[in-house]
Amino acid sequence: MSRERKLRLGGYGLLLLAAIAIPFLFGPYRVGQFTLVLAFAVAVLGLNLLVGYGGQISLGHGAFFALGAYTSAILIEKADFPHLATVPAAGAVCFAAGLLLGLPAVRIRGLYLALLTLGVAMAFPQLIKRFDSLTEGTQGLNVSRPETPSWVPLADDQFLYLLTLLLTVPMFVLATNMVRGRIGRALVAMRESELAAKAMGVDLARLKSGAFAISALYAGVGGALYVFSIGFVAPESFTLTISFAFLAAIVVGGLATIGGAVFGALFIEFVPVYASDVSEALAGVIYGAVLIAFMYGARGGVMGLMHRLGRRIAATPAGRKSVATPAAGAHHEAVGRS
Amino acid sequence: MRGLRGRAWLALLAMVVLFAAGCGGRDDNENEGSPGVTDDEIKLGGSYPFSGPASAYKNIAAGAKAYFSFVNDSGGVDGRKIRFITLDDAYEPARAVQNARRLVEEEKVFALFNTLGTPNNLAIWDYLNEQKVPQLFVATGASDWGEDVDAHPYTIGWQPDYVTEAQTYADYLKREKPRAKVAALYQNDAFGEDLLGGFEEAIEGSGIEVVAKESYEVTDPTITSQIRQLASSGADTFLNITTPKFSALAIATIAKSDWRPLHILNNVGASKTLVLTPVGLDNAKGIVSTNYFKDPEDPQWKDDPALLEYRAAMEKYAPRANPNDTFHIFGWASAQTMVEALKGMEEPTREALMESVRSLSLEQPILLPGVEVGTGEGDGYPIEAMQMIEFNGDYWELKGDVVEAKR
Repeated sequence: MSRERKLRLGGYGLLLLAAIAIPFLFGPYRVGQFTLVLAFAVAVLGLNLLVGYGGQISLGHGAFFALGAYTSAILIEKADFPHLATVPAAGAVCFAAGLLLGLPAVRIRGLYLALLTLGVAMAFPQLIKRFDSLTEGTQGLNVSRPETPSWVPLADDQFLYLLTLLLTVPMFVLATNMVRGRIGRALVAMRESELAAKAMGVDLARLKSGAFAISALYAGVGGALYVFSIGFVAPESFTLTISFAFLAAIVVGGLATIGGAVFGALFIEFVPVYASDVSEALAGVIYGAVLIAFMYGARGGVMGLMHRLGRRIAATPAGRKSVATPAAGAHHEAVGRS
Repeated sequence: MRGLRGRAWLALLAMVVLFAAGCGGRDDNENEGSPGVTDDEIKLGGSYPFSGPASAYKNIAAGAKAYFSFVNDSGGVDGRKIRFITLDDAYEPARAVQNARRLVEEEKVFALFNTLGTPNNLAIWDYLNEQKVPQLFVATGASDWGEDVDAHPYTIGWQPDYVTEAQTYADYLKREKPRAKVAALYQNDAFGEDLLGGFEEAIEGSGIEVVAKESYEVTDPTITSQIRQLASSGADTFLNITTPKFSALAIATIAKSDWRPLHILNNVGASKTLVLTPVGLDNAKGIVSTNYFKDPEDPQWKDDPALLEYRAAMEKYAPRANPNDTFHIFGWASAQTMVEALKGMEEPTREALMESVRSLSLEQPILLPGVEVGTGEGDGYPIEAMQMIEFNGDYWELKGDVVEAKR
């Protein structure tokens, strides 16, 4: 096992341990915030598969997130589904919707695709209002939260967090396997050059609509987890803001990275809250400034920074101090999103 | 390798189980009495859109804070100072939910007061009632708050609800224009549907008729085409159910057209500073609306003691705020009701507070004469009266008598 690989595995292990420890270290409100971070992380991961790896653009992932959230909410409240059963259902519905949106995406590229997906995100809240017999329209739907079984010696918030974590981890493992294998290589090839990818035998049409579908599935599962945590859905919950927040999250976390989704989700959950704690009037300015600072200081996002740090440690012969050459760091930056 | 990994997972799982067993659930050490009250302090919490598209409403929080400071400096409530903790939700329900949890679980407030917005309050009312935390005098006119008090006994509204307002307009038309043909513009959400629905119900069986209705979305850039549709319907009365930005757009668009209907503007949009001044006061002349508190610009209240007190306090505690902005008065007046409810508690517990909230009978001099704050067992509507007003080019002039809601 190479030193870097060991470091990486060790890093993931630590992250997972930290994730498991969270509900025992913080109060219920904080634990609730971290539960939401997990839900966001799944959706952000899905968007990163599409945008970071596949080089497609979607400004409309808030719509899939909303679709997943409403699917789960309606099944729980109107059809008495158990909470857990709504997660695969939300994923499946969004998979189908993603496939549909992926069809035109096969032909449309760049800015046009961006506008198409933006249109979807703008229209979705109106659709929610139109189907008000199902969605309760603008009144919104209050959704009961998963109940803690009586044999579990945990508080409600702790149980909900661990349940969400239990559903989140496989999504991350799945994504890791996907990008390491054939699909991941094909996605990156498509991102770098569609022509070259095609020449190498990648079926672009299938890959693109597939990438949209998988990515939407992730957003849908994230949406269902969001419902468990927030317990309320309304058209106002899914404005364009959330689509843009997901985009900001993949950039802050690190494009084309798996772990970046967690950091991106932490960013979109915590920075707005702390920004308005610092100054209510300047909340938006602070959020924007942090985003700009990332663009200037760390274009690879949090994961880019960590990779650089990891390489430095890995490159250091044990027990000896060395100064990492700036060139090595710059090189990594140039390779960028690997 | 595979075996090793498998064992690692097993070890991890074992650790988790041990950890969970060791820590167990969190201890719920319930203190005596309710949280958020000590001998010298009462903590209240609220969630407002300090940022985002609805941030104009943040002035309500400023008005409420000014009143609490004013009360604190004159001794507080039975020696207890009020601390009002406000959080930003950017008008997003999800953030309101988290704010409510933070206020209850982290800040341990005694009660929530005056959180703004219909969706945001709907998002948190189940949670607050489960936790038995009072959700008092919410800043929204939706009729939900008083409709089913048994299901949400810890929640109560404050301002006249949109259905009451709609009845006031219907009454006015029945008197002044019994054969009115009404064209309505409404915001496509719970607020718009509440008001329009209330109006249509109130005119049933009268000679008044809604001949056209058009809706808009909060995200729409303009409403020109809707206004054109309404104008071409041949209506002689325009019912304008909009939030401030769109109220202004509607007034400006009509001023440019040759449609001259009787213009009824809903209370939400009837702010002189936010709506009428930007579009030009001349264009707003003759518009009618409703109000329930005293307009600081109406000369008849020039020496009104309630408004003098308000102005002096605003100057002291919120010197940069514009006291003529009605949002400030709104916040000030609902904070007054809150303080009276606190004073009426027999003991400092949430249950006693709710008892006091459900038995209010107040005359608040900042409200219009004849408008009272009154509740009773199962009554979720504290203010149920309004008066018609007409803009005379300078200020809103009172018209007719105070109209009580019919339920």
